[in-house]
Amino acid sequence: MSTLHLDAEALYRDLAGGVRGLLQPNGALVGIWSGGAWLAERLQQDLKLEGDCGVISSAMHRDDFDKRGLSSDAGQTRLPFEIEGRHVVLIDDVLYTGRTTRAVINELFDFGRPASVTLAVLVDRGGRELPIQPAYSAARITLPPARRLSLARDEAGRFSFNIEEGE
Amino acid sequence: MRNPQLNKHGELIHLLSIEGLPRAVLHQLLDTAGSFLSVNEREVKKVPLLRGKSVFNLFFENSTRTRTTFEIAAKRLSADVINLDIARSSTAKGESLLDTIANLSAMHADMFVVRHSESGAPYLIARHCAPHVHVVNAGDGRHAHPTQGLLDMYTIRHYKQDFANLVVAIVGDLVHSRVARSDIHALTTLGAAEVRAVGPKTLVPGDLKEMGVRVCHDMAEGIRDADVIIMLRLQNERMSGAMLPSAGEFFKNYGLTEEKLALAKPDAIVMHPGPINRGVEIDSAVADGKQSVILPQVTFGIAVRMAVMSTIAGNNP
Repeated sequence: MSTLHLDAEALYRDLAGGVRGLLQPNGALVGIWSGGAWLAERLQQDLKLEGDCGVISSAMHRDDFDKRGLSSDAGQTRLPFEIEGRHVVLIDDVLYTGRTTRAVINELFDFGRPASVTLAVLVDRGGRELPIQPAYSAARITLPPARRLSLARDEAGRFSFNIEEGE
Repeated sequence: MRNPQLNKHGELIHLLSIEGLPRAVLHQLLDTAGSFLSVNEREVKKVPLLRGKSVFNLFFENSTRTRTTFEIAAKRLSADVINLDIARSSTAKGESLLDTIANLSAMHADMFVVRHSESGAPYLIARHCAPHVHVVNAGDGRHAHPTQGLLDMYTIRHYKQDFANLVVAIVGDLVHSRVARSDIHALTTLGAAEVRAVGPKTLVPGDLKEMGVRVCHDMAEGIRDADVIIMLRLQNERMSGAMLPSAGEFFKNYGLTEEKLALAKPDAIVMHPGPINRGVEIDSAVADGKQSVILPQVTFGIAVRMAVMSTIAGNNP
């Protein structure tokens, strides 16, 4: 019944242009595990940035820990540079409630005080539950709450979207 | 009967023993410990997973290292920690233990970390506490010391990556050792190629074979070509009667010296749960030598205990 079609590769090219505009001197890319980390890794190369991008996990700061416990596949934060004084651009695949973004901002501050933090996403699907807005989103769509949207990456590194009907 | 450590979804809600836990649960705990290890290197060495929770350290038996590392682990998870050193008294058994627990539960405890000289005490507490309360066994009698077992596995995996081809020798006083029992259960669950129990007949009984280990009463045979050597402390306080001629005699036959260590693989690691008795089960040159990973074990122990506490606290009964 769904006619929704999202071309992840086309949106990625838009995102790359958007992120180029957001990067400041002393800037750094940090991808949110897991989809955002894939995007950040590729952006780091395509935008010819030096060194490795950072990867950040929301696991240690999630607000649903009491209900869901520790995730079995939460990834691990790896920030191969100083956070103090950096202009950090967070990258995520899908922005929804904003709770993951809130958690990773807390995580980021455990490593130091960045000069600024902005957010760029592939898809903003609305439904925010916190006052968080992206500085750039390649697409804005509306989905019913039960629909789950996530990024997938094949062996060649090409992106596509998974859309699943939740419970 | 269901394993009392697992809920109906197979998730860990108490850690009482490694025996009976699936391999996937062990790997999950070790993976989680890996992510906590890096927390200890951050500017802010604290995460809020147990914020607002109260962890009671109930030590009915003395311990410095284990209690301290549990305390650090709980504090790095932002829990409130209450340490109770409860000296063992002859009447502190059965109902009075449960009365203690009932009283502490009335103070809104969320987790009990229990060390007790009686095997099974943590099970008793887990059976009788409120459903939302979690219990960690920090060593019960001769039975189990599951967090030590897990931190030993974390250490081995850190240095050796995979268990499949490993020969692990556990040397010394196995009969009194809850650490050895937990290590053996963990190593067999994780699929170590060979686990050897090494020591004199009085301290390494033949029935250990039933746990799937090779029993060696000869030290040279026991550690030859081993990848990992776990030395156990000679537990003077647990020895009643003459199980050994003397500590000096024990060192001569089973103490780990550089000469004996040369029989193991050149890249073998030497472990010890501590506290070490220099010159009794291990020579100083080995304890301080480049193959010794005794101090990294202590560091890993904090991350492993953080992983255990946050995993069980996040799973509902």
